[in-house]
Amino acid sequence: MLNRRRFLMSTAAASAAGLAGLHLSPAFAEGAPQIQIFVPAAPGGGWDQTGRTMDQVLRSEKLISGSQITNVGGAGGTVGLPQFINQWNGKGNSLMVAGMVMVGAIIANKAANNLTQVTPIARLTGEFEALVVPAESPFKTAADFVAALKADPTKVPVAGGSAGGSDHILFGLIAKTVGVPATNLSYVPFAGGGEALSALLGNQVAAGISGFGEFSEQVKAGALRLLAISADKRQDGIDAPTLKEAGIDVELFNWRGVFAPPGVSDADKAAMITLVESMAKSDAWATECKNRNWTQILLTGDDYAKFVAEDTARIEAILKDLGLA
Amino acid sequence: METLGHLAHGFSVAFTPVNLLWCLLGTTLGTAIGVLPGLGPALTIALLLPITYQVAPEASFILFAGIYYGAMYGGSTTSILLNTPGESATIVTALEGNKMARSGRGGAALATSAIGSFVAGTIGTLGVAFLAPVVVKFALAFGPAEYFSLMVLAFITVSAVLGSSSVRGLTSLFAGFVIGMIGVDLQTGQPRFTFGMTELLDGVDVIICAVGLFAVGETLYMASRRYAGKDEIVPLRGSLYMTSAEWARSWKPWLRGAAIGFPIGAMPAGGAEIPTFLSYAIEKKLSNHKEEFGTVGAIEGVAGPEAANNASAAGVLVPMLTLGLPTSATAAIMLSAFQSYGINPGPLLLTTQGDLVWGLIASLFIANVILVILNLPLIGLWVRLLKIPAPQLYAGILVFATVGTYGISQSPIDLVILYLLGAAGFLMRRFDFPTAPVIIGMILGPLAETQFRRAMTISNGDWSVFYKHPLSLTLLTLAFIGLVGPHIWAYVEHRRRRGPEHVPGDA
Repeated sequence: MLNRRRFLMSTAAASAAGLAGLHLSPAFAEGAPQIQIFVPAAPGGGWDQTGRTMDQVLRSEKLISGSQITNVGGAGGTVGLPQFINQWNGKGNSLMVAGMVMVGAIIANKAANNLTQVTPIARLTGEFEALVVPAESPFKTAADFVAALKADPTKVPVAGGSAGGSDHILFGLIAKTVGVPATNLSYVPFAGGGEALSALLGNQVAAGISGFGEFSEQVKAGALRLLAISADKRQDGIDAPTLKEAGIDVELFNWRGVFAPPGVSDADKAAMITLVESMAKSDAWATECKNRNWTQILLTGDDYAKFVAEDTARIEAILKDLGLA
Repeated sequence: METLGHLAHGFSVAFTPVNLLWCLLGTTLGTAIGVLPGLGPALTIALLLPITYQVAPEASFILFAGIYYGAMYGGSTTSILLNTPGESATIVTALEGNKMARSGRGGAALATSAIGSFVAGTIGTLGVAFLAPVVVKFALAFGPAEYFSLMVLAFITVSAVLGSSSVRGLTSLFAGFVIGMIGVDLQTGQPRFTFGMTELLDGVDVIICAVGLFAVGETLYMASRRYAGKDEIVPLRGSLYMTSAEWARSWKPWLRGAAIGFPIGAMPAGGAEIPTFLSYAIEKKLSNHKEEFGTVGAIEGVAGPEAANNASAAGVLVPMLTLGLPTSATAAIMLSAFQSYGINPGPLLLTTQGDLVWGLIASLFIANVILVILNLPLIGLWVRLLKIPAPQLYAGILVFATVGTYGISQSPIDLVILYLLGAAGFLMRRFDFPTAPVIIGMILGPLAETQFRRAMTISNGDWSVFYKHPLSLTLLTLAFIGLVGPHIWAYVEHRRRRGPEHVPGDA
């Protein structure tokens, strides 16, 4: 049943207009810590859902007594990041949700702050991308697509999300791997998944690249054909090869993870990693991930820091090739 | 008929007392957030997403649907009374609606917008129930080339709001283009006109611009003229609700607005603003009371756009429920709510989740009825706002505009922009530049640019896409007729009256 108090509080917060980003939860597990989650995006998107799902699972697993979520949206997270670095400095009970999109935005926007200034806690989930074509398309396999791309990249318009985002990056990586100059690509950016999807369904473009979840239902219904996915290995229940299996040596997850602010103590950092690890291993988290098409790719602490550094280098290189950095 | 059976079943889901309560709660909340300029339905539903962990799917979607429809009703109230649009889809409503309120017909403006919203919302919801598969096919036929031609057609609406001087009107329009271009360019990822400010990378919110130019600018202007003793607001003239003459002038715009709004709303990139522009232009062309437009306020200019925005709100649900395509921010968030129940919205949604979808559609009908019942008695209360003495009223508008703007993203930069635009609005009003074309330019300019560049990317630089696609050609032809037709008509009329020997120019 509905928890009336929580509901009314969110409603009151919403109606009060000033507190739109605030969501308070009552404490009901005494002793467990209270945490703060900073979401550098408006409510509703992938990072916000990650933050709110974490809040939900952490509380249902009695790992925390409650949490407070703050949203500061804008420019792929680069509006929120400086705030988190400056105003949340040293707050050991706080986490910021971020991911690959922020890495790209920091480079493309030439932002003053970057992710080396915050404390990596854990990479939690990733969404692999999918390469699809309309059902009527002459491309039957990823090889057909690559052949056409090699013949004349300007004749293969590909739809995806905003320029420099994960979809564009994957397209650039595919082209680079098969030896097509990134500057010749015909990439058609759309804001939001719905528009790109309708361009594909309406046969306006030759192919589309986006998160697998955006396309999965259309593929199931036979409206789109799935050529390949960007995961590291074949996925259960998905009848398509990975890009690697299709002969394109590219792997890409649009990953999301959490960071603590700069200046937190080692003890706080270790406690936070333990907390997030216990959450990520719970059944409740597994169920939420399955519902949302999130692949669990847990990586914590120093390994995570190393991964972020490598991914930043890779993204920077490809954005340079695409003329965006 | 199969659909009727489904719909009847849907009503049996929606008519349970608990779900009716959810619907009432949603519509009330929706009306309230619609009134506030900062909070939109998308943000509200996003904030309420956590309730999906606790209540049944039917209940939460009924709540969300109520909020969505309610916001469309509430948004017009402040447009009309305070010249402060609550939603981007109600910006056009402020043009005539606020003029009507000032001349004492605020009650009628509110009534025509509430009843028009009800009529159009019901027509739109019927469209969702019965026409969805057909409409969605038509909507998908729209590619970038067609959208660009639609924008060209929408641009002729500018001529309807240009005011007495086209030079001034076009200046405003181009100012709107520039404001609309601020931010990261979607096509290339490069920032434009941001002057190195991170806060400007996402562009200027159209609501802030409308509130700044209309509400703040107007308020400053009124304050500056206070001692001249002009522009007194008439609290109420004649009956509170609509007179029979006003009914007669309203019903056709309602139907035309619904006919424009529903299909454009169903298009993946159609949106709710363009149908209101088109409806306004058409009503101005067809009206027998053209002299009331922009002076005392013409009821047609409220009735048409209000109907159009509600029908388009229903239209947005067509691609969402038939294909799982989110085509507006609100739809995208409702789809993510589906996901938290483990339901993947897609083309199979109707077959796999029939109960849920038909329950949702049925609750939309109920929400519409509740909203009109809720809003009509409120009119009496609302118009009393206009009895507040001018200084207090205008001070209140400023507070309201400021708080609402801050609510959009809690960014102090937004407040700076609001007051800069307010100062610009004041100067524009002072020197007689119309402000509406700024908003139209700001919305249409970037849309037209994006669609144009997409079409050219896809066609690899070939211009012929715009006239080789039949739909695109049709729209361009309509735009051409809309632009040139009246001049030719006037010329022919002129010749017929004056006789063939008359040479144009020596009148």
